[in-house]
Formats: sequence, C-alpha cells, structure tokens
Amino acid sequence: MQEPPDSIQQISLTAPPWTDDNESIATQETHPGYALQMHQAESFINELLARADARPASGSLLQYLCLIQRQYSCIPETTVHVLAERLSIPASQVFSVIDFYTFLHRTPRGDFDILFSNNITDRMLGSQALFGRLCQILHVEPGVPRADGRVTVDWTSCTGLCDQGPGMLVNGIAVSSLDEKRINEIAEQVENKTPLKQWPADWFEIKDNIQRRDILLSDQIVNGSAIEALINKGAENLLQAIEQSGLRGRGGAGFPTAKKWRFCRDTKADDYYVVCNADEGEPGTFKDRVLLNSYADNLFEGMTVCAGIIGAKKGYLYLRGEYLYLREALEETLQQRRQSGLLGNNILGQEGFDFDIDIHLGAGAYICGEESALLESLEGKRGIPRKRPPYPVNQGLFGKPTVINNVETFINAAKIAVFGADWLRAAGTEQSAGTKLLSISGDCERPGIYEYPFGTSVSQILADCGAADTQAVQVAGAAGTTLTADAFERSICFEDLATGGSFMVFNQQRELLAMVKNFSDFFRHESCGFCTPCRVGGALINDLVNKVMVGHATQLDLEEMKNIGSLMQQASHCGLGATAPNAVLQTLEKFPDIYTARLANRSFEPAFDIDAALAPSRKITRRDDPGAHIAYEPEQSSKP
Amino acid sequence: MKPPVLTIESGKKPRLATAALCGCFGCHMSLLDIDERILKLVDMVEFDRTPLTDIKTVGECEIGLIEGGVANTENVEVLRDFRRHCKILVAVGACAVNGGVPAMRNQFDVQDCLEEVYLNGIGVVDPQIPDDPEIPLLLDKVHPIHEVVHIDYFLPGCPPSADTLWTFLNELIEGKEISFPYSLIHYD
Repeated sequence: MQEPPDSIQQISLTAPPWTDDNESIATQETHPGYALQMHQAESFINELLARADARPASGSLLQYLCLIQRQYSCIPETTVHVLAERLSIPASQVFSVIDFYTFLHRTPRGDFDILFSNNITDRMLGSQALFGRLCQILHVEPGVPRADGRVTVDWTSCTGLCDQGPGMLVNGIAVSSLDEKRINEIAEQVENKTPLKQWPADWFEIKDNIQRRDILLSDQIVNGSAIEALINKGAENLLQAIEQSGLRGRGGAGFPTAKKWRFCRDTKADDYYVVCNADEGEPGTFKDRVLLNSYADNLFEGMTVCAGIIGAKKGYLYLRGEYLYLREALEETLQQRRQSGLLGNNILGQEGFDFDIDIHLGAGAYICGEESALLESLEGKRGIPRKRPPYPVNQGLFGKPTVINNVETFINAAKIAVFGADWLRAAGTEQSAGTKLLSISGDCERPGIYEYPFGTSVSQILADCGAADTQAVQVAGAAGTTLTADAFERSICFEDLATGGSFMVFNQQRELLAMVKNFSDFFRHESCGFCTPCRVGGALINDLVNKVMVGHATQLDLEEMKNIGSLMQQASHCGLGATAPNAVLQTLEKFPDIYTARLANRSFEPAFDIDAALAPSRKITRRDDPGAHIAYEPEQSSKP
Repeated sequence: MKPPVLTIESGKKPRLATAALCGCFGCHMSLLDIDERILKLVDMVEFDRTPLTDIKTVGECEIGLIEGGVANTENVEVLRDFRRHCKILVAVGACAVNGGVPAMRNQFDVQDCLEEVYLNGIGVVDPQIPDDPEIPLLLDKVHPIHEVVHIDYFLPGCPPSADTLWTFLNELIEGKEISFPYSLIHYD
C-alpha cells in the first residue's frame, strides 16, 4: 500500500510518486485512491495545509485538490472529508469542485495518465489513428484505467501544441510531434513502467517555433527597466503613456488597457490584485505558451508595472493545467526576480513598493479563460462566470479591484513603459495600435508563431505561412469566425477580425464538417452547465451535427440547428454559450453544401434508431417476437 | 420555419384526437379543467380517438394532442398512428416536450430499472421480469416525441394550464397565429 509521504517535499510536481517506484501497487483493493485510510488522509492534508500557509497561492481549494490529484491520481474520498473539515466547508462543495474540473477525478486514473489533445488540428495530423493504435497496443479501453491500474488513455481539449502536433499529456506533461514510432515507444515505456523522468528528454521538447517577429518579439528590454521607468516617470505619467499608445487587450476583446487600469486605480479599496490570464484554452491558440517559455521576465515586469500603477501588493499568474511543464521554469524566473529586487518588498529600493506573484494552476476547464470564471477558479470554486456589473476592476478577486489581462497585453505594457507610446503606435492601425501574435496551424507549410502589425490581411498571412489551395480559415478559435476564400482580404485588427490569436487553416481536401463536429463536441464538453441555453442547447446542436455526420439529418434538422444556435446567442449567460454555435451557424450560411450533401432524402428522420433502442430490453426479457421490434418507417411520419 | 396554420372547410367541424403516452394523464386532466367550456369545445370540434370518448382507433383528424413521452413500443406505434392521421400534431406538456419525469430513468440502465422494480424492490412477491409478448417492450431511454415523429406545436408546462389549452385550441381552429398572454407562459 502507498504510505502517505513523510514530508510534503515528497510531493512531486511532475509525476505521481508511485510511477517512480518499482512495486506494483495499483489494484482496486490496494490503490491509495480507493483504500486511503482516514489517518493517512489526515496526515497528508495536515502537511498540505502547513505548506499552503507558507505559500499563499496554493491557499485555494482548487490548488489543494490539484496536489491531492497528483499524489494519488485521484481525490480519495477520505481526503475530501478531512479537507472539508479543515477548511470549514461542506464536503459537497469539495465534490462539486472536483466534478467541475476535467483533470480532477474521484477514482484513480492509470499510473500513466495519457491524454491526447483533441483539437481539429491534432486530428488533421492523424491523432485519431494514433489514439486507436496506443489503445490497441496497451489493451486499454478509452477513458478506462487498465485492470492492473497501469495506464489510462483518453482525450482532452486542445493542449496548445497545434504547430507541433499531434500532442498529448502524460501525467500532465506535454509530449509533442507524435507519430507511429513514438506511440510504439511510449507503449513500451508504459509496459516497462519506466518513470517519466527517464523517458527520452527530446519527447518533452516543445519548440517556440517563432516564424515571424515584429516589434514585440524583437525589441528587447533589460529586466527591471520598465519598473525603473515607472519609478522615474511616476504612475500617472506612465498610465498616460499607455493610454496614448492605444494598447488594447490581446485576449481578443480589445478593451483599452489604460482605461481598465485607471478604473481599477480609481476604485477605493484596501487591497488590489493583478491577475494574468494564462489560461490559453481557445482551440488553436498557443502564443502564450511561447511567451511564458521565452518572455516570462517581460510578463512579470508588465504585471509589476501594473501593480505599481493600481497599488496592488499581490499578483497571480493563472496558468492553464495543460502548461504544467512550464511551471518550474516560471517559478525559477520569479525567484530570480525576487533575488534581484524586482519582486518582493521595496522593489528596486522604493519604500513601500511591495508586490509578489504566485502561480495558480488550472485543471482543465476552457471556461476559466473567461475573466470572471477565472476569478472564481482562483478563489478555489467552480469556474462559473459572474454577472457583470460589478466588473473585476471594481470587485474582482476576493471582491477587491482587480486588473486581469492577457499575457501578451502585460508584455506590451512593459515595453511601452520603456520605449514609450510611439513605439506601439508605429505599428498597426488607428484603432488597433501595435502587433498581434498569431498561432498558425493546420494546412500550411510553416505553422508556428507569427507576429504581425494589426491590419495585415489574411491572404498575406496565408502566403507567408505557405498555405495553398485554402478552403477556409478559422480565425479566433472554435468560438471565432469561419472565413471563406472571398473574405481573405479582410484583416486582423479589432475593427475587422478581432482575435486572441488562433488561426487555423483548412485546405480544399478537408471535410469542413469534421471541424464543425470537433468544435461542437468541444463546446458540449466545456459548457460550465450553469445556464440552460448553453448546457442544453450545446448538447442539442451537437446531437444534430452528429445526425448530419451519419447522413440521417433532414432539412428540418438544419432549421432546428439555426433556431437553437440563435437562441444560444441571445440567451446564454456568458460569451461561451453565445459563441458556441458560431461555427455551426457560419458554416450553415457560408458552406451550406457540406450539410445538404449529407441530408437524408426524406422530410423527417427520428433522432435515434428506435429498434436498436429496444435491444437491451429484448436481451433482458429474451423476447424476439414481432412485438419486440419496431420497423423503420421513414415516410409515414413525415408531415411537416 | 413557421408552424402550419389550420385550414378547415367551412361548415365542417375539425376532428380532434388525443392520446397519453408515457405521462401521468395530468395534461388530460388540465384539458378537463376548462370546466363548462368543455360544452363549447364539444360544439367546436368532433372528438375522435381520445380517452374522453374511449374510441380506440384514430381516424383522419385535423388536430392531434399528445401527452407523455415515448418509453415503449406501444408509445411508438400510437404516436406514429397519430402522425399518419393528424394534420397538426401537438406535443402537450413537459413529458411530450422533454421526456419529463419518466425520463429520470434515463440516467440508469434499463436493466437496473427492471431489476429494481421486478426483482429487488421492497415487497416484491414472486420476483420475475415480465416477458409476455403482450406487454410493450421498454426503450432503453425515454424520448421526447419530436425525436420520433415530426411535431408541429409544443405546449410546455406541467401541465399546460386549462386556459393555455383553451386559448391554443381556439386560436388554432380560428386559423390564427398562436400567441399567448404573458400570464399563460409564466411558470413560477
């Protein structure tokens, strides 16, 4: 049996401990996830809480649960009860948080928990066949731990490796560029029970893959220089410079950054927070991955400048769970900055300029990229979007005024502090100053990160990345805009195509309906479930897309998809539900043939195979008489 | 797409049929709840198959009202029969529209349901799962009726109130576009 660790240091951030030890432990009876005794749970939770006191960022329920999950490959029920008692919250609240996040489980996963990235770009690179192959070699059913507890193989939403896919996560750590050979080798490592640390290092190598640099990625600043600029110019002057630069939020919505910071600064409170949204979950987006990997200092610099302007003492980097592998280096960067006097108390010798940043890990929930859901998640709750107003700048994290910005926005802000407003103004358009990082993937010769001045046309971008014979471009991710070839002269900027950076290319050979289905599956899975239009509408649309896929849909079903989609747009609680039907509605309008080509030649078709739905009852009753069957009658029920 | 409007030859009364599938008969009770207006209804329509007349087979009708979801083979057959014979078919109430309370069994395996009811339930005598061919076989899930046949109108509510049903029938028979005052579509 797995003993609780003697000390908390034993909790590895990168792999459950038993993958490093050679004894077989994982059976139903003895796996700690099933058999953890109350006293063991108590001793483990005590250490966890002791550690949390020292490190406030892990003080949220969600962070405790992430650590328990890593320790036991699930959240054993005993730990839930101990944790609930220690935190003085009902156990049901803990369970509700566990059930919300995809990476948290009530029952153990395999010792090797393998998750294939399920973005359409991964599928276009052959992920489905590789998934099937791995399941076959390992004799494992999708999503179900193997009987010996060794391994689970499952799908997860886009992991942000679209330019070097297909990608997967093994025990939370990203593996890129999968092919048949690597799948065979992975299966071997799993069968040999090779600890993850001893797997070939190059499997875990994630390239930045920057294909085009403009001002943001080229013009370097010295660490600390933006903070110095803040100290020299003063908060108000620097805020005005950011205002003059025209900087707008790079997450896609484009809210003026200086305005946001000023609203927050002008709100009277005893505490303020700076939060960086690094929950890069929009399918096809991976530019924050690169920024966090190679521009982390600039990001923390930008956050510190923001803190100085609004008066925050505390900042959080909300890092999506899929980017766990970046965490160690980010922590090191933070530590170096503390040592250099760029974080902590009296930053750069300024009396009273105190600010520090903690990293908060997500656990697989797309909705947490929505800023108010992100705040809920940071507070350790289910990531359900808040009502607005109040806006985060007035009542954000823990009810305090909070600035939330995208990674790219903070880096821009840091560089504006050093280079001035004109530096940003020199690029882009009147309403969209500066540049935008695009994450380009799909059917092109050179996928990767491209930095373009705002106003660059889609056709220019397609030419640069080596895309030929392009059928469609999906801008701004699954929730974004589907462009037909006649719209390729449109340009990337807030006044035309606003985007967080996702840019997926589909050539003429692609079946676009596969994209629609992939996005529809995605939204069905990622709906937070709070409001009915999104929760139910997303499922209904998904059912209808599947009905089209298998050739059973009729014109009536297409009408129904439009009705449901329009209702979701109007009535959903947040942007997720409002944008979830976009791909369906836009392709229905712009690519009607992909639907009509697959319609059944009838006016009505049932939503399910009625006779097949009787099979279980036939089996139970051992009946096979005529009354135990229902014949298919397509035309008789057709009176629209 | 606009729902169809009823056209009736002048001087002819429209025929009305109703059926309860997997429901509780509450929607039919609500129809009876129109009280003395039922006498006017008798003047307005000719009743065809309905529990009110006890006629067992459905003839050619203008209007069919269906209460309840689709849970077994008989439900499928009755529903298809109504679709074949009714110009306008209406889903009446939560079970017809969504599956309703009976659809709560959808989160369980049908085998577990049958075993709980006929083998393991408290007070079961002579436990056995019925297998007589006369008994309609259960579908693995309870479905809303629009998943089995095309439906022209949906009247939500559990049940839709007597006034809702009355308003609906009047407007439909008068060939109007259906519209309800707020009070009839306000559910709490």
